Amino acid sequence: MKISSAFWTNLDQVFVLLQHWIEGFFPQWLQPAIGTVLAVVAIVAAFPGIFALTTVLERKGLGRIQNRLGPNRVGPLGILQPIADGIKSLTKEDIVPLTADAAVHFLAPVVLVIAVFLGFAVLPVGRNMVLVNLDAGLLFFFAIGASTELSIFMAGWSSRNKYSLLGAMRAVAQMISYEVPLLLSSVVAVMITGSLSTVKIVEAQSGFTGILPHWYVFTPWGFAGFVLFVIAALAETNRSPFDLPEGESELVAGYFTEYSGFKFALFFLGEYLAMFSIAGFAITLFLGGWGAPLSILGFIPSWAWFFAKLLAGILFFIWLRGTLPRLRQDQLMNFAWKFMLPMSLLNLLVAGAWRFLGDGWSRWVVCSAVLLVAYVLLGRVLMHHQHLGARSYRYAE
Amino acid sequence: MSATAFKTYPPPVMEVSEEGDELLEVAMGPHHPSTHGVFRMDVALDGERVVRLKPVFGYLHRNHEKIAEKASYLAAMPYTDRLDYFCSLTNNWAYALAVEKLAGLEVPERAEYIRVITAELTRIQNHASAIGFLMQEMGASGTPLMYAFREREKILDLFEELTGSRMMCNYMRFGGCRVELPSGWLEKVKTVVEGLPSFIDETEALLTGNEILMARSQGVGILKPDLAVNAGVTGVMLRSTGVNYDIRKVDHYGIYDRFKFRVPLGDHGDIYDRYMLRVLEMRESVEILKQALKDVPGGPIMDPKSKIRGFRPKPGEAYGRIEAPKGELGFYLISDGSGNPYRYRVRPPSLINLTILEDMCLGRNVADVVLIFGSVDIVLGEVDR
Amino acid sequence: MLGEGILKGLGETAKNFVGSFVSKDRLTTVQYPEERIAPIENTRDFPFLVYDGPDDADGYDKLAGLRCVACQICEKECPPKCIYIVKSTDKKPDFVGKPQIYPARFDIDISVCMSCQICVEVCPFEAIKMDTEFELSTTDRFGGLLFDRDHLSRSNQHYHKIHPTEATEVDARLAEEKIKADAKAKAAAAAAAAKAASPVAAPPAVKPAPVKEPGA
Repeated sequence: MKISSAFWTNLDQVFVLLQHWIEGFFPQWLQPAIGTVLAVVAIVAAFPGIFALTTVLERKGLGRIQNRLGPNRVGPLGILQPIADGIKSLTKEDIVPLTADAAVHFLAPVVLVIAVFLGFAVLPVGRNMVLVNLDAGLLFFFAIGASTELSIFMAGWSSRNKYSLLGAMRAVAQMISYEVPLLLSSVVAVMITGSLSTVKIVEAQSGFTGILPHWYVFTPWGFAGFVLFVIAALAETNRSPFDLPEGESELVAGYFTEYSGFKFALFFLGEYLAMFSIAGFAITLFLGGWGAPLSILGFIPSWAWFFAKLLAGILFFIWLRGTLPRLRQDQLMNFAWKFMLPMSLLNLLVAGAWRFLGDGWSRWVVCSAVLLVAYVLLGRVLMHHQHLGARSYRYAE
Repeated sequence: MSATAFKTYPPPVMEVSEEGDELLEVAMGPHHPSTHGVFRMDVALDGERVVRLKPVFGYLHRNHEKIAEKASYLAAMPYTDRLDYFCSLTNNWAYALAVEKLAGLEVPERAEYIRVITAELTRIQNHASAIGFLMQEMGASGTPLMYAFREREKILDLFEELTGSRMMCNYMRFGGCRVELPSGWLEKVKTVVEGLPSFIDETEALLTGNEILMARSQGVGILKPDLAVNAGVTGVMLRSTGVNYDIRKVDHYGIYDRFKFRVPLGDHGDIYDRYMLRVLEMRESVEILKQALKDVPGGPIMDPKSKIRGFRPKPGEAYGRIEAPKGELGFYLISDGSGNPYRYRVRPPSLINLTILEDMCLGRNVADVVLIFGSVDIVLGEVDR
Repeated sequence: MLGEGILKGLGETAKNFVGSFVSKDRLTTVQYPEERIAPIENTRDFPFLVYDGPDDADGYDKLAGLRCVACQICEKECPPKCIYIVKSTDKKPDFVGKPQIYPARFDIDISVCMSCQICVEVCPFEAIKMDTEFELSTTDRFGGLLFDRDHLSRSNQHYHKIHPTEATEVDARLAEEKIKADAKAKAAAAAAAAKAASPVAAPPAVKPAPVKEPGA
C-alpha cells in the first residue's frame, strides 16, 4: 500500500491539527487563549520529559565511555531512573541556613526555571510550531537568557556563605564574558537572513541545491559561527569543560551548596533546560532548524528532525563531558576575551564579504582562507604567549 | 538548655595581607573530594592566590613502627603491605632487602627475577592510577581513571593468583619469596604485558596532546632542582626537575643491572613533566618486563640459611632502600640480637615529597593547589604510617 | 596544538563507547551478586581448621579427625594476635595414632585477622589453612565475628574443593610422614620384640644399632 504524500503532510502537522481540534470545542473568542495554553502545556510537558531522558542518557553514556554500565536496575535498561531520582529529591529534607535571606533563597531556583521556560517560547520546533512568532525573537531569547545569570547570583548571595558567594561570582563572571561571543556569533546568521525572527531564519535555510541543504553551517562563516556558538553555549550553561563553578574537586560545590532536596532538583532542571534551549537555538541558527538534511528525506516530519538534531546535540555534549578536563577560571576568561571575541568579530567581516563577493567559488576560497589563517595565527600566538606546547623528553645517559 | 550549657569561642582572628585586605583562611580537607586519603591543608588566600599553606596530617597514623618493634621480624611483613597500599609488593621488597642486609642472607636468582617482575608490574599499575587520579581532579569525570583501573584489574588478578591477595600481598620473605610460581603464571603475565603498550598508547592519545591538560599543567607547580635535592625529594618529582637519580641505577640492587632500560628526565619540573615521566616510566617498565620474562631460571626461591620462625639476626644496623613507584622507600633497622628489631624506621617517600608542597603552591590559584597536590602522588598510608 | 589534541581525545572515547557494545574487553563490569567471577585458586580470606573426616556430616564429631595439636605456634606468630588457644587436659590420637593434646578452645576473631597467612606458614602439622569465603558480614556486633573451634573446623574434602593443588600436595606430604612414622613404629616394635626375646644379647647402652638390624 503506497503511503500518500498527504499522510506525511498530516503527520508533519499532527500537533497543529490536534491543537485546532481541541480548540474547536470552545467558543470563538476563547480559541486563541486555549491554543496558547495548549502549546504552553506541551512545552512544559515535553522538555522536562527530555530532561528526564537526558539524565539517564548522560549516566549511561558516561558509563559506556568509561567501560562500565550505567544505572540499569530501575526499569529496563535503567530508563525509569529519573523517577527514582525525582522521588529522592522530593523526599529529602529542605535545609535553609538560619542566616540566609529566606525570600531570595526560595526565589532563586524559581527565577531560573521561569526564565528558562520563557526562552522556549520563540523556538520553532517544527513547521508552524512556534509558540510566539516574534519579529525580534532572537533578541527576546538572549534577553531572557541573561536573567538566568541573575538567579545564580541570587542563589550565591542569599546563602550567606563565603564559598557560595565566591562560586556565584565566578559563575556570573564566566557567563557574562561568554555572552559577547555568543551574541556576536549568532549575529552572522541574522545578518545574512536579514531578520531577527527565528521562524524566518529557519525558513531561509530551507532551500536545497540538488540534494544538499542550504544550512548555514555548510558555509565558512556559518561553520565558524556554529563552532563559536557551541563553545559559548557550553560556557553559558556551565557544562564541561567550563564547569568550574560547579566543579566537585574545587573548594565546595559552588553556588548551590546550601540547596537541598527539591530546590536542588529545580536548579538541575533549570541548567539542563537552558542547555536544551541553547542547543535548540544553535540548531535554529545554523543547522537549519526543523529542515531535513537531504531533500529526499523531506517526507519525515519536521518536528522529528528537530528533536533528532537536539538529541544529537545532547549526545555531543555528553561526549565532551566524558572526555575533557576542565579549564581554570582565568584561562576561561582569557579564552573568551582573547580568542573568541576577535574570532567572532572577524567572522562578521567574513560574512559581510561573503555577501558582497557574489555567487561563485571565489567567495568560498577567500572566506575559508581568511578564517583558517586567522585561527591558526591567533591560536599559535596565544599558546606561545603562555609558553604552552608539545615537549620532548631526554633520557639519562 | 540554658545559654551557659554551650561554650562560646572567641571569633577567629583574620590575618591581614600586605595590601591591608583580610586573608581568607580555608581548610581543605580532611574529607577531600579529590581522594588520596585523609589530609588537611590550611590555606590562606589573598583573593585567589595562595599566600600560605600548611599541611596537617596524621589522621591515618596507625603506629606501624611501634608495632613492628614489638612484633617479630616476620610479623612486621604483613604490616608493610599496608604502608603504601597501592604498591604492597615493593614495600615488601624494601623491608626484605633491609633484613637481608642485616642478617647477611643471599637471594637465589629465581627469586630475584620474580621480585623484579612483580615490582615492575606494581610500578605500572601505580603510575596508571596516579595519572587517572590526577585527571579526576582536573575534572575529566573519571574517564582516564576507569581506563587505568581496567588494566589494573588484570595486574591485580595476576597478584591474586601468585600471592593469594590482590593488594595485601605479603609475598617477600627474608632470603627470597614465599611460594613457588603457580603453573601457567608466567604465560599469563606475558599476555598482560603484551596488552600494555596499546593501553599506554590509548592513554597518550587521550591526554598527551590535550590542549586543556597542557594549559592546566604546563608551568604550574614548578620545582627547582636545587630545592628538590636539598629537601630530599626523590622519585618522579626529582627526575622531573632534571636531576638524574634513579636508585635502580645508583644502588644496583637486585638484578636490575642485567636489563637495559632508560631513565627519562624532565626539564621544567611542572605537573606536565611529572605526568609525562610517569607515562614514559610505564613504557620502560614494559621493556624491563619483556626482558625479564624471557629467561626466568629454575631453582629454589628461598635462601636455605633463612628461618621462618625464631629468626634472630646478629646485632647491627642496616638501611635497605629501593626505587618504589613513589620515590625512595627505605627501611632502617637496628637489631639487638633478639627476635624483634630494636629500632624500625620507615623512610616514607610520600611524606618527604610533601614537605615542599608550600613552596610549589605559593602564588598560584586554589584550583592549582589541588592539581599540584595530585601530581606529587602520595598515599596517606605512607605519610602517616 | 590547535585543537587536534582534543579531537584525538574525542576519538579515543568514541572508540571506547562503541567498543563497550561489541567487545567484552571494553565492558568489564561484573554485575555482582547475580554474576560472579570464578574464584582464583590461590585466594586467601580467613583461616579454618582442617579435620580428616566426612564433609559436614551432622552429628559427626569433628574433633576426632582434627589435626590441630594446640602447639600454639600460630598464636605466637600471628601479627595482630587474633588467635586464642586453650590446651586440653586429656589427649586424643592424631592421624598417625599417637595420642596428642587438642585445643579445648580455638578462637579466631576475624574482625582482627588480616589474612596474612603467617599462621598457615608456621603450622608444622598442616592443621590450619586459608578458606575462600568472604561474604561473612553479620549483624551481631558482639560475637558474630568471633569464630570458635567448631565453626572453624572444615573437612579435608572442603580443602580439596577450594584449593585442589595445595590439598593434593599436603595429602602427599602427610602420606609420606605417615609411612615414615609407620616404619619407625614397626622398627620400634621389632626392637622391643628383639629385646624381649634375648635380654642378655642386646646391650642397652648402644641405642641406634638395634634399630637398623631388623631391616636386613
